[in-house]
Amino acid sequence: MQNDVVLSMRGIGKVFPGVRALHNVDFTLRKGEIHALMGENGAGKSTLIKVLTGVHIKDAGHIHLDGAGEVTIRSPQEAQALGISTVYQEITLCPNLTVAENMYIGRNKDLIVKWKDMEKKADAILQNLGIPARAKQQLGSCSLAVQQMVAIARAVDMECKVLILDEPTSSLDDKEVAMLFSLMRDLKNRGVGIIFVTHFLEQVYEVSDRITVLRNGELVGEYEVEHLPQVELVAKMMGKELEGLSDLVRDDNAAEDTSTPVYEAEGLSSAKGVNPFEFAIRKGEVNGFTGLLGSGRSESVRAIFGADRVTGGKVKMDGRQVKIAKPKDAMKHGIGYLPEDRKDDGIIADLSVRDNIILALQVMKGFFKPISQAEAEKFADEYIKALDIKTASSETPIKSLSGGNQQKVILARWLLTHPQYLILDEPTRGIDVGTKTEIQRLVRKLAEEGMSVTFISSEIEEMLRTCSRLIVMRDRHIVGELKGTELTQEHVMRTIAGGGD
Amino acid sequence: MATNKKLKWSKYSQLIVPVLSIVLIVIFNLFRDPSFFSIEITTNNAGSTVLTGNLVSILNGASELAILAMGMTLVTAACGGQDISVGALAAIAGSVFVKVLRAGEITPVTIALGIVACCAVAMVFGAFNGTLVSVFKIQPMIATLVLFTCGRSVAYWINGGATPTVESPLITAIGSFIPGMPVPTPILIVVLMAILIGLLFKFTTLGLYTQTVGINQRAARLNGINTTGIKLVSFMILGVCCAVAGVIAVSRLSLINHETLLLDIEMDAILAVAIGGNALSGGKFKITGSVLGAYAIQALTITLYAMKVPSTDVKAYKAIVIILIVVIGSPVVKAKLSQVWKNIRSGKAEKEAAV
Amino acid sequence: MKLNKSLKRREPLTDTQLLLTITICIFFGMYFLAMAIWGGGFLRWQQVFDMLNNNAALIIVACGLTIVMIGGGIDISVGGVTALVVMSCIVHMNNGGSIFTAVLLALGIGVAFGLVQGYLISYLEIQPFIITLAGMFFARGMTTIVSLEPQKIAHEGFKQLMKTKIEIPLLGYTAKNGNLIPARMEIGVVVALLIVVIVFILLKKCRLGRQFYAMGGNSQSAMMLGVNVKRTRFYSYLISGTLSGIAGFVFMMHTGAGNATNAAGAEMNAIASSIIGGTLLTGGVGNVIGTLFGVLTLTTIKAIVTVSGLRDPWWQSITTGAMLCFFIVLQSVVLANRGKGGLKKMLPGWLKKPEETDAGKL
Repeated sequence: MQNDVVLSMRGIGKVFPGVRALHNVDFTLRKGEIHALMGENGAGKSTLIKVLTGVHIKDAGHIHLDGAGEVTIRSPQEAQALGISTVYQEITLCPNLTVAENMYIGRNKDLIVKWKDMEKKADAILQNLGIPARAKQQLGSCSLAVQQMVAIARAVDMECKVLILDEPTSSLDDKEVAMLFSLMRDLKNRGVGIIFVTHFLEQVYEVSDRITVLRNGELVGEYEVEHLPQVELVAKMMGKELEGLSDLVRDDNAAEDTSTPVYEAEGLSSAKGVNPFEFAIRKGEVNGFTGLLGSGRSESVRAIFGADRVTGGKVKMDGRQVKIAKPKDAMKHGIGYLPEDRKDDGIIADLSVRDNIILALQVMKGFFKPISQAEAEKFADEYIKALDIKTASSETPIKSLSGGNQQKVILARWLLTHPQYLILDEPTRGIDVGTKTEIQRLVRKLAEEGMSVTFISSEIEEMLRTCSRLIVMRDRHIVGELKGTELTQEHVMRTIAGGGD
Repeated sequence: MATNKKLKWSKYSQLIVPVLSIVLIVIFNLFRDPSFFSIEITTNNAGSTVLTGNLVSILNGASELAILAMGMTLVTAACGGQDISVGALAAIAGSVFVKVLRAGEITPVTIALGIVACCAVAMVFGAFNGTLVSVFKIQPMIATLVLFTCGRSVAYWINGGATPTVESPLITAIGSFIPGMPVPTPILIVVLMAILIGLLFKFTTLGLYTQTVGINQRAARLNGINTTGIKLVSFMILGVCCAVAGVIAVSRLSLINHETLLLDIEMDAILAVAIGGNALSGGKFKITGSVLGAYAIQALTITLYAMKVPSTDVKAYKAIVIILIVVIGSPVVKAKLSQVWKNIRSGKAEKEAAV
Repeated sequence: MKLNKSLKRREPLTDTQLLLTITICIFFGMYFLAMAIWGGGFLRWQQVFDMLNNNAALIIVACGLTIVMIGGGIDISVGGVTALVVMSCIVHMNNGGSIFTAVLLALGIGVAFGLVQGYLISYLEIQPFIITLAGMFFARGMTTIVSLEPQKIAHEGFKQLMKTKIEIPLLGYTAKNGNLIPARMEIGVVVALLIVVIVFILLKKCRLGRQFYAMGGNSQSAMMLGVNVKRTRFYSYLISGTLSGIAGFVFMMHTGAGNATNAAGAEMNAIASSIIGGTLLTGGVGNVIGTLFGVLTLTTIKAIVTVSGLRDPWWQSITTGAMLCFFIVLQSVVLANRGKGGLKKMLPGWLKKPEETDAGKL
């Protein structure tokens, strides 16, 4: 083992009920390096980070820390004491306190705090690190980037050896990212080992020295940045070796469809920061938004459904201009939307499967036309049978179902409204393989019956199997549209990865 | 089949707490005084045959509380918070009722007018509370603090400072007995309100929407539900409940006293919701539970009175009951208890295994 | 270079300072307006001292509540505890107790309420509103159990203590007959102001005080930053309970009589004062100086309502309600704009002044 290793994790394993989140994962961090940790949804990055910070306790494996030997980390506090600091995507500081207070609170046990001294010390550190904030300033008045830097400054002042940055750049603009990067490089030169978790490929190549890729809870490999071209990185994350790509092109009706699109958007943009985009979908078509997590694929479909505040653009349905400002407008025009976050946006946890199934239809029928008990029972039974939902009865609360079955219930909810255009955002995320293929098959069937479907998935293979057209996004822009013979894994990955080699 | 049966049962599991509370109080009273629940048929001053006895007075006395509990359940379910201004709002509604009646002769028409007027006023105030909660996103308890602070003064103001009386046999009929009817009228009004609210749930989707908003607001919005509107409606329905409760309370005494009318009833109403097995943090609800809870509270109060506890002291005992209920219901305590239970069971299992 | 430039930028107002500034401005604005329109009593210092004399207990209670609210909680048992303390202490002293034991009794009751409520709220994680509402009912019920009849203090030493007033000739005024009538201040006011100072220091300088802010600002973050949130929350209720005990004693020094309806609505007045004083209901923002001004503002409003001819008894609490509503909505707007920078744009220029002066130091 090299001398400059600060942290080495060997054979880490973690099992959650029913899911093997991590299996035999190794990770090595050296002094003074920025080490990117990459992987798509469910790859296990966040679990690995949580094991390292004591949020989860590992089931197997060893963690060695420079100077401390083998350690067991049971709580975030213990991790901090060992010199492992984390800066999360959502700021975990108190916006109502001053910068200095945020840097020093919870760290000493004195009754009276000498704020003057602390402010002086804080200012010195901030200046030393080149962070444009002052000790006496209220944290909430700083930009997000600066807040993040203050969190980093706190970590540095606590003499951390390992600094974990968990998607620090997802809500920053280019200038702020540049500021953050120069701080990261500065820390690196001081000998801090930095673990950098991000979805932005370009950023990885800009600052990182090394990349570790995880997939499905297993280690894919550790690579030097120079020796791993962007396309190969995408391939490793998505799970296909570039050489062995077997092209799965289905023979689509290659003829150009010139009918009026079912849905057409022009310059659509939303408050969630999607850049204006054009988009159209025709009857019976299955298309997909692809791109890495955070590329804007989910935000785009949310804008289509009116889930986020729409800030501009024109929408046409069947050639007629319509206004979609809120979900109900979209529903009235026959659009259905299965959200990405099943737990927070999809299921009504305490309600029965039956109520969850009829919800959307009920809303469309209106407040004064309740669906009768018998009718609801009939609908529920019909869809429980049709989609093979495994539930004790239609009375069972949805929260006691497995993830895959919950997803099918939400799917049933939208199918019941007989939409002409259905948006499925990550319908197969976190569910078992059997259900996955069932859903894929269902999507194809629906399209054959004349429904237009937009399908989003982190798994490229799945996208290729189900979609006849792919819209590729990167950094909240549409960067390409692929169809027909262009629909190969390699092509998609190259488009996602962008110009870089 | 077994699971099906279990599910049927679990549907009613929420009612275990209120029913159990009532049963406990009943058993306690039967031991204390077996004649506690005897019902007598007597002739009252007006010369009509009526039912009397502790049981009747529990049912009768809990009428306002039961009605308020219905509305409170809805607000709790939709907003995850409680309205503490119900007593004040009932006082306002009562004052409007009295004001209308005193404008002219008391006839069935003016009474109907008065009820319509006070319902309308109460709905406006309910909408005010609802706006603070749903539009300005203020916690319900804080938002309703405004009306709690000044509501009774508004009631005072409406009637110009006096505590006017409204003497009429018609009012007495609302407050105590309709001639020829042996059951106190307030009990009948509760039944009427229950039927009305039942119809409301039958012919609208209010129940489903309220629960959806209470459980998962984000998902509710994504399914096209107007979350702001639902919260507003729940407060307006509570407003109507307050108005009806206010009318009953005024009619009982044939006068309006803005200071004492339904004083401290907000606490009992919240308690009724909690005893009814409804989560105070919102979501799934059962109005039946809350109504049973209201009767349980009244039974407790009457029992305490029967034990010669002065009415002013009852609060202290009730407070203890409330604290016990919330402590037992708190997730932390539940988790600890279930841990203990698991330990006991696993201990048993081990023993069995050893055998 | 870039750094230097940013360092010279002016320090923006913190949320706490901003809300405090608004309150103080409104108070002085109202008071000066009253002086200009109605003159009379408003021109005398005694008016201010009367406001303090009558509200010493309220100030103390509001201090405790401010701490709880900064920590993101609420305590509505304070009025009930105050009443219970008054009644218990009077009964105790009338039955031969000394002033010293009465003080101990007052503190004991306050601490007991603080301990139990604090434990239930922080360690059993029960909604504070429910617990303290039950606490209020319990305290009120206990008050009538202690004595249903109104009690008057009969203890001679205590009567003496009640009569003792601090005279400040400098702020007095000359009566029509030419005699100088000094401004009078009760001992309770001294206690109240002392507590304001202590709480101010606690909130500003002590570790615990800043932890209240951290917890109220974002309890999740506070936990990640290493603050023991449960213990901190527990302390906030303990302090609030203790202060209500002290408030009860001060209340007794002012009235000298106990009654089941003592300090009725004190909790709502205290909450209203804190809110008007710039304490955010959601926690994390607030200041005890603001609370002091909140109490004064509330009192001034009531005085103005009376003096302006709205003598009917209902106007006072209707204006209080309206005022409360105004401030709650104001806070909701402030909150919605927090961190977006929209707040500063909404303010008129003159409100931004105070910060600019002390920013030059950096």
